Amino acid sequence: MISSRINFRLLLHLTTFLVMLYVLYLIFLSVPTDKNLGISQRIFYFHVPLAWSGFLCFFIVLIGSIGYLWKKSLICDRLAHASSEIGVLFITLMLMSGVLWAKPVWGVWWTWDPRLTTSLILWLIYVAYLMLRAYSSNRQQGAKYAALLGIAGFIDVPIVYLSIYWWRTVHPQPLVGPATSGGGLDPSMQTALMISTLAFTLVLISLLVERMSLFRDQYALETHVASIKS
Amino acid sequence: MRTLLKDVKTMVWKDIVAEARNKEMVTSILTFAILILVIFNFALRLTPQIILELAPGILWITFIFSGLLGLTRLFVVEQENNTIHGLLLSPVSRENIYVSKAISTFLFMFVSEIIVIPLFSILFNVSLFNLLIFAVIILTTIGFASIGTFFSAIATNTKSREIMMPMLFVPIVVPIIIAAVISTGIVIQGGGWDDIYKWVQLIVVFDILSVVFSMLAFEQTLQE
Repeated sequence: MISSRINFRLLLHLTTFLVMLYVLYLIFLSVPTDKNLGISQRIFYFHVPLAWSGFLCFFIVLIGSIGYLWKKSLICDRLAHASSEIGVLFITLMLMSGVLWAKPVWGVWWTWDPRLTTSLILWLIYVAYLMLRAYSSNRQQGAKYAALLGIAGFIDVPIVYLSIYWWRTVHPQPLVGPATSGGGLDPSMQTALMISTLAFTLVLISLLVERMSLFRDQYALETHVASIKS
Repeated sequence: MRTLLKDVKTMVWKDIVAEARNKEMVTSILTFAILILVIFNFALRLTPQIILELAPGILWITFIFSGLLGLTRLFVVEQENNTIHGLLLSPVSRENIYVSKAISTFLFMFVSEIIVIPLFSILFNVSLFNLLIFAVIILTTIGFASIGTFFSAIATNTKSREIMMPMLFVPIVVPIIIAAVISTGIVIQGGGWDDIYKWVQLIVVFDILSVVFSMLAFEQTLQE
């Protein structure tokens, strides 16, 4: 049982590593440089997958939160907690890569454009989520409150997307996805973006698996220590 | 439905009577609001040309931060007097406790805002007496009070509620802050109902979502 679990994790991490290597090759050596935006456009292959994986994390937080409130399942709680940490990490990186890109292209580090702003607010909500867990007087309470915030916070995600249409925006419109019919990107660019998204999703899963297992061991240890003390 | 109305009426009346006796909530919100207005006067060099641009921002910052002060204290008062146990033991459903708390919070915040508005108009020489502005203030305060009551119940039970309350509250209410500031600005600059319609709609949707969510989730927030 234990060996098969470790094998699964080893396989997962190895796959993540190889796909990531391939993505780095694609981004820096294979994909053509953008005609209008130049070399800076390459950061896009990090920025977009980070955004996607970050939002996916917060979706997992929602699922975990509902699962915890509904079934009181501890696995769901660990899933939500681990996923919120990874989501904050990815959205932080996404915001940073956006800032780096914005300076040469837009001429400013940051604009209070709706999508940027809502991403920042989303980030703040999930930082509050982590603080809420840290400041709660016990783990059950923290888990319950965090789950409530995980659901409330997720209601803000559609506002991120809605805001694109509601407010005037200087953020480049999405060139892939259901809203557009594929055109706009060179096929090799599109492939690189897809594979990069896959790579970051794999990183997300790898981190999630490791973090959840760490949480499980940590809780088991704490329970054990508490039982010895009493 | 009958019992809901009766329970809520009783509990709101209890809050109003308590407030009328110690005047804690409205006084603290109000004095804090006046302090913020005074600081703004020093922090920004307000000429008659730019005041129209800045007035909505100053007004809403004042409302948000003074309101936060009241929201943070919401359940603390009940805890300090040990009346929270009485409230939890009384044969009323948790939803009714939430609804009554949210209504009394709304009332206290709104009364303070009603007093701030003429003060603001006098101190900054901007007239805010407009029905549309009142409508925006009422709707936004409903949003603040409904989600704020919910988060206050959570923050009260954490180790540092003074930090947790703004951290939980402000990011979530950002949509209605934007909508309130922009629509107040439009009305001050002479705009009408058609110009702010979209924003008012946003506030109403937020209010409905926050009331429904808080009613469903409030049961989880109170410690047994």
